[in-house]
Amino acid sequence: MESTHIEGGFTAPVLDGQAVFRAVMDAMSRPGTVQKLAAGTNPPAPLAASAAAVALTLCDHDTPVWLDPALKGVETVSAWLSFQTGAPYAHTPADAHFALIAEPATMISLDNFAQGSQDYPDRSTTLILQVETLEAGAVLTLEGPGIETATRLAPGPMPRHFVEQWRQNNARFPRGVDVILAAPGAVACLPRTTRISTTEA
Amino acid sequence: MNIASYNFAYLDEQTKRMIRRAILKAIAIPGYQVPFASREMPMPYGWGTGGVQVTAAIIGPNDVLKVIDQGADDTTNAVSIRAFFQKVANVAVTTKTGDASIIQTRHRIPEKPLGQGQVLVYQVPIPEPLRFLEPRETETRKMHALEEYGLMHVKLYEDIARHGRIATSYAYPVKVEGRYVMDPSPTPKFDNPKMHMSPALQLFGAGREKRIYAVPPFTDVVSLDFEDHPFEIQTFTEPCALCGSTGVYLDEVILDDRGGRMFVCSDTDHCEECRDEH
Repeated sequence: MESTHIEGGFTAPVLDGQAVFRAVMDAMSRPGTVQKLAAGTNPPAPLAASAAAVALTLCDHDTPVWLDPALKGVETVSAWLSFQTGAPYAHTPADAHFALIAEPATMISLDNFAQGSQDYPDRSTTLILQVETLEAGAVLTLEGPGIETATRLAPGPMPRHFVEQWRQNNARFPRGVDVILAAPGAVACLPRTTRISTTEA
Repeated sequence: MNIASYNFAYLDEQTKRMIRRAILKAIAIPGYQVPFASREMPMPYGWGTGGVQVTAAIIGPNDVLKVIDQGADDTTNAVSIRAFFQKVANVAVTTKTGDASIIQTRHRIPEKPLGQGQVLVYQVPIPEPLRFLEPRETETRKMHALEEYGLMHVKLYEDIARHGRIATSYAYPVKVEGRYVMDPSPTPKFDNPKMHMSPALQLFGAGREKRIYAVPPFTDVVSLDFEDHPFEIQTFTEPCALCGSTGVYLDEVILDDRGGRMFVCSDTDHCEECRDEH
């Protein structure tokens, strides 16, 4: 095995994992807030450091992971993730517990992923989207649990027709996917309960 | 030789990841009970194994932990869980509600309003609000899936038929964000209004029953009731005998065998703070 697979993980796995989880938990419980990631990783490109940190925190041998074509095409990425997490790869997006997406702008639509069932809505895919920014993209207005009145988030790049896709995701509640937006050094989350509208309409 | 050296916060990392994933799903589906692979803990079921596992999965070295048992910081369950986390995670502990970043609780919500960034971890014995009405998990799961909660309203109605009012005084069912009916754990219904639109994150752990559920901050939590029998909380005629507080939840303390008794704050931190002010 090449050393590139072995290096680049958390320097202090226990405490780094805890710190990243708390950032993600805070982001998930207060959608739209941007939570700084204190701990970093150094994964092979095009996997981003923040998305990799989230994956290392949450994925293991129990969670099939799906990689988008941009990540799947790079052998060092899947080898690195396999070594660091032990997670198996999902054959289809509908089998995935987590999906890592390096190029959200060209990603497949949200309804391709596991949505959970009406009995077990928790059996759905959590999407980890690599974005370049959480503040300089198109402005989204967010409402729902975790948000006192309304808040704004401006992530980019985002999937095509995201607001319409998200409306359909809302309509499937309690089924649906949850999204973790991983930007450089920070995360924000969009749980399935968050209602999104665009300001320019 | 130090033979008893544990991983930080006792649990192994794979267990923490599993619990963390369940917590994220629970937050994303408010009020829905997420199954999780509950572990055996170094304490019996019924002593807060669910709450302890949730706390162990979220706690970090910078957290300040408070543990209460029926509102009190100084009873067996609270003291031993606090000591447990001091030992296995070496975290700071407090009895002051305002200073804590994580508050693990057995059956009370502190009187002092919680703030943003605080996490309230409940120890839950029976997470399924419909369990005593329908013992089969397959059926209660279907009822949640179909949002079929008529049975719960029948139960509350039977209270009224029998007692003239809704006699349920603790573990009073709530509806979260207009969707899932949830058991707030056996807190007195006095505390139900504090759950509604709370700025704090509320996490619920049931160890024996292997369920985790959550109420995110600023989420609708409505106690079930009827138009002609609206939800109401307990009221007390006397103030706390120690600090004089009114509008708080009081415990009855028996003083002798001749009927002597007093009513005091169940929230010991609140009571101490009030006495310090006077």
